Amino acid sequence: MNWNRIFTIYAKELRDMLRDRRTLISMIVIPTVAMPGLFALITTITVKVQREVATTAPSVMVLGGEDSPGTREALLKHGKIAIAPHRDDWKQQISDKKLRAAVELPAGLDAALARGEAVAIKIYNYEGEVRSDRAVRELRSFFTARADTVVAARLAERGLAPAAIKPIEVKAENVAPPEKVGGNLIGGIIPYFFLILAFTGAMYPAMDLTAGEKERGTMETLLCSPVGRIDIVLGKFLMILTASLATVAFSLLSMALTFSVGGSLLAKSIGGGNAANAAKAAEKITSMTTLDPVGMVAVLGMVLPMIVLFAAGLFTISLFAKSFKEAQSYVSPLIIVILMPAMIAMLPGVELNWKLALVPILNVSLASKELVSGVWNWGMLGLIFASTCAYAAVALWLSVRMFKREDVIFRA
Amino acid sequence: MIEARSLTKTFRDKKRGEIHAAENVSFRVAPGQIYGLLGANGAGKTTTLRMLATLLQPTAGGATVAGFDVATQPEQVRAQVGFLAASTALYGRLTARETLAYFGKLNGLTDAVIRARTQRLADELDMHEFLDRRCDKFSTGMKQKTSIARTLIHDPAVMIFDEPTLGLDIMAARTIVRFVRDCRARGKTVIYSTHIMSEVEKLCDTIGIIHGGKLLAEGTLDSLRTRYGQPDMEEIFVQAVGGDAALAK
Repeated sequence: MNWNRIFTIYAKELRDMLRDRRTLISMIVIPTVAMPGLFALITTITVKVQREVATTAPSVMVLGGEDSPGTREALLKHGKIAIAPHRDDWKQQISDKKLRAAVELPAGLDAALARGEAVAIKIYNYEGEVRSDRAVRELRSFFTARADTVVAARLAERGLAPAAIKPIEVKAENVAPPEKVGGNLIGGIIPYFFLILAFTGAMYPAMDLTAGEKERGTMETLLCSPVGRIDIVLGKFLMILTASLATVAFSLLSMALTFSVGGSLLAKSIGGGNAANAAKAAEKITSMTTLDPVGMVAVLGMVLPMIVLFAAGLFTISLFAKSFKEAQSYVSPLIIVILMPAMIAMLPGVELNWKLALVPILNVSLASKELVSGVWNWGMLGLIFASTCAYAAVALWLSVRMFKREDVIFRA
Repeated sequence: MIEARSLTKTFRDKKRGEIHAAENVSFRVAPGQIYGLLGANGAGKTTTLRMLATLLQPTAGGATVAGFDVATQPEQVRAQVGFLAASTALYGRLTARETLAYFGKLNGLTDAVIRARTQRLADELDMHEFLDRRCDKFSTGMKQKTSIARTLIHDPAVMIFDEPTLGLDIMAARTIVRFVRDCRARGKTVIYSTHIMSEVEKLCDTIGIIHGGKLLAEGTLDSLRTRYGQPDMEEIFVQAVGGDAALAK
């Protein structure tokens, strides 16, 4: 191994890559410009929709209840819904999103309530549709409030206080520190982001420096020089690693910026112009995104050998291909292989154990979830780090072996 | 000096089974000599030359290039060899100067030596006009000159040319032929593979006719003419490989 030559190859590849528009786009422009841009767009749309939903009263049609003027009158006066005139095709109207919900009042509703009987109210809605859901919420809160009033009146008739039917009130209060709550909520997503970014960052250079070079005929030129095969592999591998790390770094930077700017924007919008509500929303967002900073650094440390594994793995696979296009067809489906374990780690209830600690990607994702919540399981962390390093070393050894194979290098 | 001793290369192919790309190929090339390896496509020229340049390992037999063994001292062999083939391309995003500096450094040259040799090669090959332009913008002629300079940057004792004029226009091909002659004049050991008869006639001191991985005939142009009783190189070649029928196989 000759570090001078390794560095010469690395420096040349770096210069070459920095002159390639496609690399610059995938390494710098997409993570720094496109991602925040996308986030800003999503935020703007969310803000608009939220505001519109919050300020516009959903249209609701009342079915029946002609003999219950009291309830009908109260519904009309309830400002948070807009009562629509009766039409026979109300079901179609809900499906077409022209009407948000319909409420069916049973015959003799007011009279039944007066007699102290129980009645059933039916609400028809478009499930999962945000404005229809709001209409249902408003109708529920209207009828709950009305039921409370009826219950209070009935209890008063019998000389009882409302507390008589609610002897126990249950209240839950969070005592876990905000970083633990945050870690649990978004801890699984953090390594997922890192891994995807690291993988996509390594993808293009890995294909270009191997299959791309074979296709362009520069690989043979390089092989004619008196450089050891291992030096060529290491020089190229270091370049792929640099591109991967740069993509992660640029993305982290832009994400941090986007979240700090976009988060406050989101809080304001959720508050709907009300300062107190905005503060509450901001607090909620802060608690959601408060992560243990030391844990975050540790996550990066855990992800590092994983990035080495990706760079070496992608190098080996792409080297086998004859052309850039062929390499793409091998490498692109691998994103799913990376995504699956990372997604499993995000599922609630999947916890780290000694067996899972040996499963690549899944182990790092699970450990990261714990780390950002401030949980340090040293034995497990050591095992994960060591096993990932071992996998990375095996992948690198494989790339050197592959590079020494004539049938791979001169595959025609 | 190049000495090939029963060089043999066998490839295994899933569909075609064992392929004998080179079988017991032996020859010697002395410094200041051009050895022409003449053969049709798929005759075994590239495989033989790649074994000499240590890009491929011989299955059997061996070779010595500039005093180094191709099997045990591949890096020392490559340090003594300048290899130019139609398949050895240039990095498009590097300038000609950067290309020369890169291969100079890979050959262990110091910056001062690289600068001096770049200057000399640019003078000799008339490269000054495009020395600082990127190779992807070059004409074929400019690319050829840069490739030639790339093979010479470490001043190798042995030059290996594998069909270097393939796909070139007449002017670019003439530059190559002139350059090969220059190499001989400088006392370098030169091996030149081609399927173009006229190039062999013009350039080579000794000619080896290769077909089906085997070296079938060898000698100077005159000795081959006498042996086959033919003045024309193409006729000599066809007879050496066993007639048109053998060639068509």
